[in-house]
Amino acid sequence: MNDRILMGHGSGGKLMFELITNTIGEILGSRSVQMDDSAILVPGSEKIAFTTDTYTITPLFFPGGDIGTLAVNGTVNDLAVMGATPLYLSCGLILEEGLEMALLKKVLLSIKKASDAAGVRVVTGDTKVVEKGSVDKLFVNTSGIGILEHPVPRKKLEVGDQIIINGTIGDHGISVMAQRSGLSFTRGLSSDCAPLHRLIAEVMREFPGSVKFMRDATRGGVASVMNEIIQKKPFGAVLYEERFPLKNEVKGVCEILGIDPLYAANEGKVIMIVNKEAAAGILPLMKKNRYGKKAAVIGEIIDQYPSMVFVETLVKGRRMLPLLIEDQLPRIC
Amino acid sequence: MDKKELQTYADKLKNLELERPIRIMEVCGTHTTQFFYTGVKDLFPEKLSLIDGPGCPVCVTPNRYLDRAIEIARTHEVWLVTFGDMMRVPSSYSSLQKEKAVGVPIHIVYSPLDALTLAQENPEKQVVFLSVGFETTIPTEAVAVKKARQEKLKNFSILTGNKLTPPAVRALLDAGEVKIDGFILPGHVSVITGIKGWRFVADKYKKPCVITGFETQNLLIGTMALIHLIQNGNPEIINEYSQVVTESGNEKAQEVMAEVFESTEAKWRGIGTIPESGLCLKEPFQEFDANLRFPVNPPEEVEPRGCRCGEILRGLVTPLDCPLFGKKCLPETPVGACMVSSEGACAAYFRYQKVSP
Repeated sequence: MNDRILMGHGSGGKLMFELITNTIGEILGSRSVQMDDSAILVPGSEKIAFTTDTYTITPLFFPGGDIGTLAVNGTVNDLAVMGATPLYLSCGLILEEGLEMALLKKVLLSIKKASDAAGVRVVTGDTKVVEKGSVDKLFVNTSGIGILEHPVPRKKLEVGDQIIINGTIGDHGISVMAQRSGLSFTRGLSSDCAPLHRLIAEVMREFPGSVKFMRDATRGGVASVMNEIIQKKPFGAVLYEERFPLKNEVKGVCEILGIDPLYAANEGKVIMIVNKEAAAGILPLMKKNRYGKKAAVIGEIIDQYPSMVFVETLVKGRRMLPLLIEDQLPRIC
Repeated sequence: MDKKELQTYADKLKNLELERPIRIMEVCGTHTTQFFYTGVKDLFPEKLSLIDGPGCPVCVTPNRYLDRAIEIARTHEVWLVTFGDMMRVPSSYSSLQKEKAVGVPIHIVYSPLDALTLAQENPEKQVVFLSVGFETTIPTEAVAVKKARQEKLKNFSILTGNKLTPPAVRALLDAGEVKIDGFILPGHVSVITGIKGWRFVADKYKKPCVITGFETQNLLIGTMALIHLIQNGNPEIINEYSQVVTESGNEKAQEVMAEVFESTEAKWRGIGTIPESGLCLKEPFQEFDANLRFPVNPPEEVEPRGCRCGEILRGLVTPLDCPLFGKKCLPETPVGACMVSSEGACAAYFRYQKVSP
């Protein structure tokens, strides 16, 4: 057994066969590495949700997860926010020549653990090896299929609708950024990477018809999701700073790097816009789920400021929360 | 301060009745942003205006500096190492971001010491650190140069673009173009300089000053205290950030700065050349001066047409007065530096300015 990935591991020959059957098959399960060209699935007569996402992240391992957990939960959540119950994943790996086998195994184990935890199966995959320097260690693509059990009703948003998030804001983005920047006080920081389909299904079951909009607040964070919803609408949205669930550690790093946590990525957070009457019931329901303990109503739809998102600050001043143009760059002083 | 007290202060500021217009300047770019971010500026009564000062290191860096950095990278094939917010600043003909896209090796770091590590780990590469900043980052830059000398590193140098803030405030006051009733002095810079570094503003120019921090409560208390001083015609410096700011400042930091750097005149974008406001390496450290190690002669500096960054940095106009603001000059296509940096006045106005319903 080689302890590094060689170009031959992607050649289609013996090395590749060994990598797939022994290393990948052993960890993800032999049913994940069928040698046919497609997996055959029997979904029944329901509507199907289908999504794909490619994961690249530096560092590959971060507090609270790694590229493997991200690749599973990210795709699971893309299905979940459509109201789908995730069932199957594919897993495509692009490996850099020279990659340590031990590192690959660690990531595969994470994929296995995360997919078991989410109750989804990896049913097909692909492995490519590229020359050293062509990719940064390891890229993962996962596609996901789920059954559309609780589709979000197409209802118009109205003034008074409440904006709910299922927990603390910005944990993933800030943890990764802090680790990347080598900040020494990163204790207590951890990515929120988690599968959300069960929490979402609970809400959709108990409050059918009350959730008008759902999206996972990944890249671009809460601010980007809110702007997406509100743009070109005849109403606006206000978020109340005093209600933001924020870890102290996240707040601290944001202050030092000059970064707004509302723009930081989350990997286990969903934003729901629900009708006013239902909000009071949805919140305690969310809080019962392990991924909703810090859930909060953070804002509402208002009839002022059409197409704009505002933050009402702690002292009741207002500031705009525009769409971010580019990644936030840490400042000089 | 608890929530109720905070709100009491906020209401006081909001309902303040001023007999005459009062104009206060915040020197520091982080204050510029924080006044918007915390919503405190939104509470300002009509007659109170906040003038943005020259306290954003990226914004006051002249084009010539970036032109030179880019020319060094192109001519001498070095690795440029920079703080993140320099990346998108337009130079006369390009930007670091554009150069990176065509393959010029440019690395972003959070500390000058990271640049030093890059040099140590890549002995075959010449590493040039773009040393742009104020008193807050200069001491670490001095430490990096000292370490480079101790370790006899031959592949590390810095392109000095550092600036000192008190001389800039002095220059603004001497020029007398802008009417300022009092100053919110920079919190972090004052940690290094101490109150003593600012005494001249109150003593010589008779302007009331408050040193304060960056949280909502700091901004509220600082602003109220400053207004009080102004109304009483009392040219004093009040330190509302005494947890970290002392009379004499951080003497260790001052020592290491003085050991490695000496003051020299420097060009500030929009303001011009200010005596003793820049820093150059002292003789024993000059081998680490990228200007000397990599001589270049970049083409003539060009300032973007119509851009009013200069006047904004002098407090003469606000970003809203600039014809390019929000039109040709946007965060995604910045014309002037004040739109690029997260500390820049134009960026702050663009991001946070409340639009009346």
